[in-house]
Amino acid sequence: MSETDNLPSGRSRIHSLEMRGITKRFPGVLASDHVNFDVKAGEVHALLGENGAGKSTLMKILYGLYHPDEGEILINGKPVRISSPTDSINLGIGMIHQHFMLVPTLTVAENVALGLPSSRGLLTDLDVVSKRIVDLADIYGLRLDPSAYVWQLSVGQQQRIEIIKALYRGAALLILDEPTAVLTPQEVDELFVIMRQMTKDGHGLVFISHKLHEVVEICNRVSVLRDGKMIGTRPTSETTKQDLANWMVGREVGFAPDRGNVQRGEIRLKLEDVKCGSDRGTPGLRGVSLDIHAGEILGIAGVSGNGQRELAEAVTGLRKVISGKVTLEGGEITNLQPAEITERLLSYIPEERMKDGMIKDFTVAENLILREHHKPPYSNYGFLNLKNISANADMLIKKFRVKTPSQETMAKNLSGGNIQKIVLAREISRTPRVIIAAQPTRGLDIGATEYVREQLLEQRKLGTAIILISEDLDEIFALSDRIAVLYEGSVMDIVPRASATPQKLGMLMAGVHPENA
Amino acid sequence: MTKIFQSEWMSHLVDALLPVFATLAALIIGAIMLLVLGVNPIDAYAALWDGAFGSSNAFAETLVKATPLLLVALGICISFRGDVINIGGEGQMIIGAILATWVGLNFTDLPGWLVITIAMLAGFFGGAVWGGIPGFLKAYFNVNEILSTVMMNAIAVQLMNFLLRGPMIDPAQAEAASQIPQTARLLDAFRLARLMPPTRLHFGAVIAVVLAGLVYILLWRTTLGYRIRAVGQNPHASRYAGIQVSRYMVLALLLSGAFAGLAGAVQVYGVNYRMITDGSASGFTGSAGFNGIVAALFGGLHPIWSIPASILFGALLVGANKMQRIVQVPSALIIALNGLVVVFVVSSEILRKQRQRKRLAVAKRDDELPPSGDKQIQQAEAGS
Ligand SMILES: Nc1ncnc2c1ncn2[C@@H]1O[C@H](COP(=O)(O)OP(=O)(O)OP(=O)(O)O)[C@@H](O)[C@H]1O
Ligand SMILES: [Mg+2]
Repeated sequence: MSETDNLPSGRSRIHSLEMRGITKRFPGVLASDHVNFDVKAGEVHALLGENGAGKSTLMKILYGLYHPDEGEILINGKPVRISSPTDSINLGIGMIHQHFMLVPTLTVAENVALGLPSSRGLLTDLDVVSKRIVDLADIYGLRLDPSAYVWQLSVGQQQRIEIIKALYRGAALLILDEPTAVLTPQEVDELFVIMRQMTKDGHGLVFISHKLHEVVEICNRVSVLRDGKMIGTRPTSETTKQDLANWMVGREVGFAPDRGNVQRGEIRLKLEDVKCGSDRGTPGLRGVSLDIHAGEILGIAGVSGNGQRELAEAVTGLRKVISGKVTLEGGEITNLQPAEITERLLSYIPEERMKDGMIKDFTVAENLILREHHKPPYSNYGFLNLKNISANADMLIKKFRVKTPSQETMAKNLSGGNIQKIVLAREISRTPRVIIAAQPTRGLDIGATEYVREQLLEQRKLGTAIILISEDLDEIFALSDRIAVLYEGSVMDIVPRASATPQKLGMLMAGVHPENA
Repeated sequence: MTKIFQSEWMSHLVDALLPVFATLAALIIGAIMLLVLGVNPIDAYAALWDGAFGSSNAFAETLVKATPLLLVALGICISFRGDVINIGGEGQMIIGAILATWVGLNFTDLPGWLVITIAMLAGFFGGAVWGGIPGFLKAYFNVNEILSTVMMNAIAVQLMNFLLRGPMIDPAQAEAASQIPQTARLLDAFRLARLMPPTRLHFGAVIAVVLAGLVYILLWRTTLGYRIRAVGQNPHASRYAGIQVSRYMVLALLLSGAFAGLAGAVQVYGVNYRMITDGSASGFTGSAGFNGIVAALFGGLHPIWSIPASILFGALLVGANKMQRIVQVPSALIIALNGLVVVFVVSSEILRKQRQRKRLAVAKRDDELPPSGDKQIQQAEAGS
């Protein structure tokens, strides 16, 4: 570690940042309860905790998005006032949200330049910006073409733009809130390379993740929040994954759910040579044929963007099937209205749950009946039955341990993981005949992940046919009976779990047949 | 701007009070204009207050003005919650009034209560048709509803002028040389009851308040309301939930028009007892079709809050008249003042939406995933 006081970006370091006695109340929740937290230059400090523990809240306070009711923030020992992101950016604090705030129709350079004062007054000097981006990219090993359009870039590349944006604005300390949740394993590795470079150069990083192996791999220290309280901080070298899990949850956590032995039944869902388009006009599915049996989990592996979303939407009626046939329990459902398909008890846990699976400005209770709102017991003769709606909400909140002040709380006010749980609870609890689950455990803490996996296995035992779309190979292996690999809109191969290996799947996911290699 | 975002709460409070600030700002600008005209603004606004609340008759007039505002506002609550913008209240009022008048002039043998009931339903129905057409065009042909509702206003005015000069003209006028474009008078038995004679306060006010309660129930206690709100908030998720987005857009606009149509009918049966035209829409509606939008926004698009909002706005309209008479300002100034309030309140609503979006943009939930290309939901639905 070099000992000059400046970072390669030219900005001075934040040797230490300290949050002291931070308290933040929301209606019905104490999200931060006299929390102490600190970050030093050159380290990655992990912030762990269950869904709703208060991680994002604490970091949003640091970034100036929320204002603490009590407590103070010190940089290099001196108290500072942060009342807006502008303040925190000026102080050298940057934050990468999981939802990127990029304009897809602009280039990388234009996105970085957005909202910056320009050397040429009102005109933006894009050449200057581009050159600086290339310099920064060189220093930190972030491969990025300033003239590329954002919509052409993968999620991982878009995240890099956000990092560049923060560095460009002079971030000495960077907060990464669940940056890995949307990345492929390769992209995670690339992110870690960048993070290592940054700490080597003297940046301080805060890293939030529910994946403990990542924490063990990349972090120097780890702090755990539980119910808004700071439980403690330890060097990562003194802990293991299992320690962390137990520490965080406060009880023993198992990692491998019991699959049990289930006899698979008749074919529930059948796709025959299904073709459909995608959002960008490229062929989404190029003739996919699949059989999913009762009591079976069919894993769909593949790098995201290879037709997973299109597959789910073609089956659920949300996307027009161009040719081919989809059959549910013997009846054809190709291109039926989503309402008619839902009616046949097909459940769908969409990947982009916030956008496609719930309504942010509806209450938790209202969101929990999104699928069945027009039917008894929630609706009689066109009138909502508030008593039954409320009872349903109570039951599901308890069963899925959704952390919410009340069932009347707007969904948007829940923590990220708890929003996910609403969709999961609703879709799993309607005794479906078929479930399509896309990235069902993304954003969930380990306890909730374990619970959702158990629930899926329970459904399998009850004879439900399940399609599990996941980029997480561990999850695919833990749950699937058979594994289909999607590559560029086609099924490369379908392999029984017993004969699948990560190597074999990896090759298939890259579009290579092992026999031919 | 950032300093105003001191805290979440502050920010929400500011949002809630924006329409009030907007009205105050409009009144202050009005005061400056009054000063320029050499009128003492304090005297002027005192006259305004007096005109609106100074006597029981003044207050009754305020309520009479507030009644059509509230009815239109109720419809606006429905359509705006469904994310459909209805600028067609004027036209919908006119069509509702024409149908209701026709009923009153043609069923003279029936008992009063029955004719009134049928007439109100006819007004409701007429407005529904006039709102439903742009709704249909939006849902199935992607025609912008702001443009189409405004155009429907123009058509309604022409229709009214044609009917009142020709087929529906008062036979007495047709015979006399005067040819005033108006219908015959309704029978006395068909008038909505006066609540507080000798003031003009009529039973329509009661209808409006009761309907406010019903619209509340509609929006938050029925499946239909749930669906309209869902479609307005998130069409993607609504489609996923099995709601036919297009259909509920049409319904939202149709219901919105229906309430405006009823407002037209109530004006005829409660105040004018006939239809008469000066050639313009506002000659009949008093611009309630537009002002009702402001009242609804003022009431936060909540049917119950729309009640005080409409009364306030009615007071402003009635009081401004008195002000004009007392301090002798040109009527153009009153119109300008009225317009200022409308523009300011509507802009404040746009500002509020922007602030909300901005807040969301900075405070995006962590687990929200990057956007993918937006599908054209309506097209997909129309196409399949
Ligand atoms: N804007 C808000 N309004 C009301 N309550 C909020 C708001 N933001 C967060 N909360 C509450 O504060 C608590 C902590 O939420 P936070 O988002 O910090 O959790 P988290 O640790 O990031 O969880 P996750 O792992 O699920 O993302 C939750 O109970 C949540 O409901
Ligand atoms: Mg979070």
